[in-house]
Amino acid sequence: MSTLAEVPPVKNKREVLDQAVIRFAGDSGDGMQITGSQFTNTAALYGNDIATFPDYPAEIRAPAGTIPGVSGFQLHFSSNEVYTPGDAIDVLIAMNPAALKVNIADLKANGILIVNSDSFKEGDLRKAQMTSNPLEDHSLDKFRLFSVELERLTRRSLEHLGLDAKSMDRCKNFFALGMCYWLYNRSMDPTVRWIEDKFKNKPLLVEANKLALKGGYSYCEATEAFQISYEIPPAQLTPGLYRSMSGNQALALGFVTAAQKSGLRLFQGSYPITPASDILHELSQYKDFGVMTFQAEDEIAAITSAIGAAYAGALAITTTSGPGMALKTEALGLAVAVEIPLVICDIQRGGPSTGLPTKTEQADLLQALFGRNSEAPIPVLAAATPADCFWVAIEACRIAVKYMVPVIILSDGYLANGAEPWRIPELKDIPDFPVKFASDPVGFLPYKRDPQTLARPWAVPGTPGLEHRIGGLEKQDPTGNINYEPLNHENMVRVRAAKVAAVAQDIPNVLPAGDLEGDLLMVAWGSTCGSITAALKAQRAKGRRIGHLHLRHLNPLPSNLGDILKRYKKVLVPELNMGQLLWVLRAKYLVDAVGLNKIQGRPFKQAELEQKIEEMLGL
Amino acid sequence: MGTATLPPPLTKKDFQTDQEVRWCPGCGDYAILSAVQSVFPELGIKRENFVVVSGIGCSSRFPYYMNTFGFHTIHGRAPAVATGIKAIRPDLEVWVATGDGDALSIGGNHTIHMLRRNVGIKVLLFNNKIYGLTKGQYSPTSEFNKKTKSTPFGSVDRPFNPMSLAIGSEATFVARSVDVFQGHLKETLKHAAAHKGSAFVEILQNCNIFNDGAWFSLTERDARSEHVIQLEHGKPLVFGKNRDKGIRRKSDGDIEVVQLGNGITESDLAVHDAHHPRPSYAFLLSHMEHRPGFPTPIGVFRAWDDLPRYEDVMNQQITDVIAKRGPGDLGKLLRAGDTWEVK
Repeated sequence: MSTLAEVPPVKNKREVLDQAVIRFAGDSGDGMQITGSQFTNTAALYGNDIATFPDYPAEIRAPAGTIPGVSGFQLHFSSNEVYTPGDAIDVLIAMNPAALKVNIADLKANGILIVNSDSFKEGDLRKAQMTSNPLEDHSLDKFRLFSVELERLTRRSLEHLGLDAKSMDRCKNFFALGMCYWLYNRSMDPTVRWIEDKFKNKPLLVEANKLALKGGYSYCEATEAFQISYEIPPAQLTPGLYRSMSGNQALALGFVTAAQKSGLRLFQGSYPITPASDILHELSQYKDFGVMTFQAEDEIAAITSAIGAAYAGALAITTTSGPGMALKTEALGLAVAVEIPLVICDIQRGGPSTGLPTKTEQADLLQALFGRNSEAPIPVLAAATPADCFWVAIEACRIAVKYMVPVIILSDGYLANGAEPWRIPELKDIPDFPVKFASDPVGFLPYKRDPQTLARPWAVPGTPGLEHRIGGLEKQDPTGNINYEPLNHENMVRVRAAKVAAVAQDIPNVLPAGDLEGDLLMVAWGSTCGSITAALKAQRAKGRRIGHLHLRHLNPLPSNLGDILKRYKKVLVPELNMGQLLWVLRAKYLVDAVGLNKIQGRPFKQAELEQKIEEMLGL
Repeated sequence: MGTATLPPPLTKKDFQTDQEVRWCPGCGDYAILSAVQSVFPELGIKRENFVVVSGIGCSSRFPYYMNTFGFHTIHGRAPAVATGIKAIRPDLEVWVATGDGDALSIGGNHTIHMLRRNVGIKVLLFNNKIYGLTKGQYSPTSEFNKKTKSTPFGSVDRPFNPMSLAIGSEATFVARSVDVFQGHLKETLKHAAAHKGSAFVEILQNCNIFNDGAWFSLTERDARSEHVIQLEHGKPLVFGKNRDKGIRRKSDGDIEVVQLGNGITESDLAVHDAHHPRPSYAFLLSHMEHRPGFPTPIGVFRAWDDLPRYEDVMNQQITDVIAKRGPGDLGKLLRAGDTWEVK
């Protein structure tokens, strides 16, 4: 872990570290997400490996200065590979007392604490329900506290521009960012370029933000406030061209790629919902790729319009979060019955009901697997990291059109908004999967199946001689006519299940990370991958014989999973839910697996996982 | 092209399927099916380009009996499914068969949004003022105090007027016909077919099992001419057995029923203008049936076709962006934004 605590502050010293964790925290109106994203971008461009954790409230603007209004952005950047945003933080920037109060517990002893001292007046303290001023009462003595008059200094940098006080104060986050750039010896150029692009029609704001940024940098240089600055060299990543990638962005790019690889037009039916809306924002920009986005009147119209588009021959997707998933349930059953290709993204968040809209959770697994009336199996895939969303999107589309099935992708708020460096693939390395619509009327029957995949033909309207009727009523095999006969129904139920089970033939055997047999296997899925990888490495370095199997395919499960489970004495299933994969594994494999369950709207900390591993190993 | 290569013209038979029609004997749906099967061959559209979409209910069995592409979807969602089809394939002729429960209760949201968007879909709303398939509960068009299985002491809901709802949603084509008026029904369907944007047609339909006679005051031979007024564009609003009554505009903008004669002639009456760009006049007409002494209008209330179709605007936007930016380059898109090289 990072070693700030071990470095004695020496005047003007430049220290080389292997990693650091920094968190920007302030009011939702303080621009903390932008500040954090800018630092992330700069670190990524410099060549560090990165992992981020944006954490913001559901309210757009909770009352200013209050605890519920605190917004944070955490970044872990390193010259080694990083898997998590980091458990504890080396540097905390707190723009007000509420931000300090919410975040101080995560700051390491002797960590750097930069506070905006202009916002620690009596009223500010009251809003954060503080009875004494922490800048004066010695409660922060174990940290390296830097009280900076961010507002006054920012105003002084900008006073000649003729802006009003409010507009000047809005630039104070960039003053703080400039300080952090000095602290870590970073170039301001990428952020300057961003400012120039973002405010290209408002020259005054370009000037103000640039001046604030440079003001923060110069302040550190002139005052020697920190006495030390840090250098974190670039990471040794696999050679290639990289960019920073978030989960929602990766899904959008994956779908555009899948459309091109399949030769189909992309249609997205969607209704705005946190944390999935960014996929709609992203895809709606890609009209030049023929992408059609439809902001429907509700979640149900979002999926049913996508079903209509798929029926008409599009690569159709719908994107939502848990509450929207619930509304789409009946339509999912229709997609199963009419056997139409469709991809449904559930970007999970804390629940039940409206729950924690901006916080992460993995509690929709059983909903994805079983949340429909009657027997309605659907293939389910889960992305493990933000960039992995790109590949999962493509695979989901491939399965959907090959097997003529709806496919569910599970992501979550942490993956959706988190970012990591992504090695940009060569397009030619991604296989095409051209789709052939039915066209020959001779012998055409709407439910006549491909013997290998059990897929029925995709017969789109407008094709002469293929006029036929489909619907949600039970169909006769293979004519597709309405049929209520008992044996036909049982046959159709079994065939639909067999078709989904057949997807397993495309799933490669899985191989655990770490030890291939031993004392403990961690089986997990989704966004916990990073923390588990970090815990696995740390524990194996201590000589533990443990493995980690991260499942991308949750239905059907990989064929060799049962065999792997038998190679370890114990099985641990860490999940951000009450034990949903655990439930599936215990039921399917009769394995006495144990869960580690956290339901706090936050990802696992590495330490929490390590503690559980040691507990299970009797250490 | 020589005429010898043209396929033989389509007939009603070409639109019939081999599926046994399973409506109750005497149901008004048979008459509607027959009218649609008669009109489709006359539209000059290839059979494979017709798509009939439905939701759930008696009316929604319709696609199974039409030898076209057909999609029997889920309750209330036909307009949304049809919107997806039209977005991707604006060239297809998409008709939705729905009922008063399907379109106005569970699917009310989709109905109004399809209409406000002006998606080029033809909607046939079979209004029998009852839930038939679930065996006789009141519907959103049932009259107040309706006694049904679910309302033994009378319903306490005020009904929707489907015409007012459609006009209030600023639908560009709104019409009404009656199952048993075969000639009028076919003409109305042809008008709807000719409309480019959303066409909303309410068909008053008799459920002889659960709500027999719901429309008898309009359909019985004696009552018909006194209680029904036929709207025809450019013609004065006249009704009555002896065509001796009419609708006149009042100075306050309202309308009134007047007796012709005693100095009042047809030239004093309101002349039906279905093509008016604003919906307020059509809305006034749609409310007549709720007023004592006023007749119930049938025919085309509103047919204003100057608004572009939703699917055309959607596709045009894509064409325009491609024209401006050039076709998207995926390799470039993946490399967009700030990138860095690791060697």
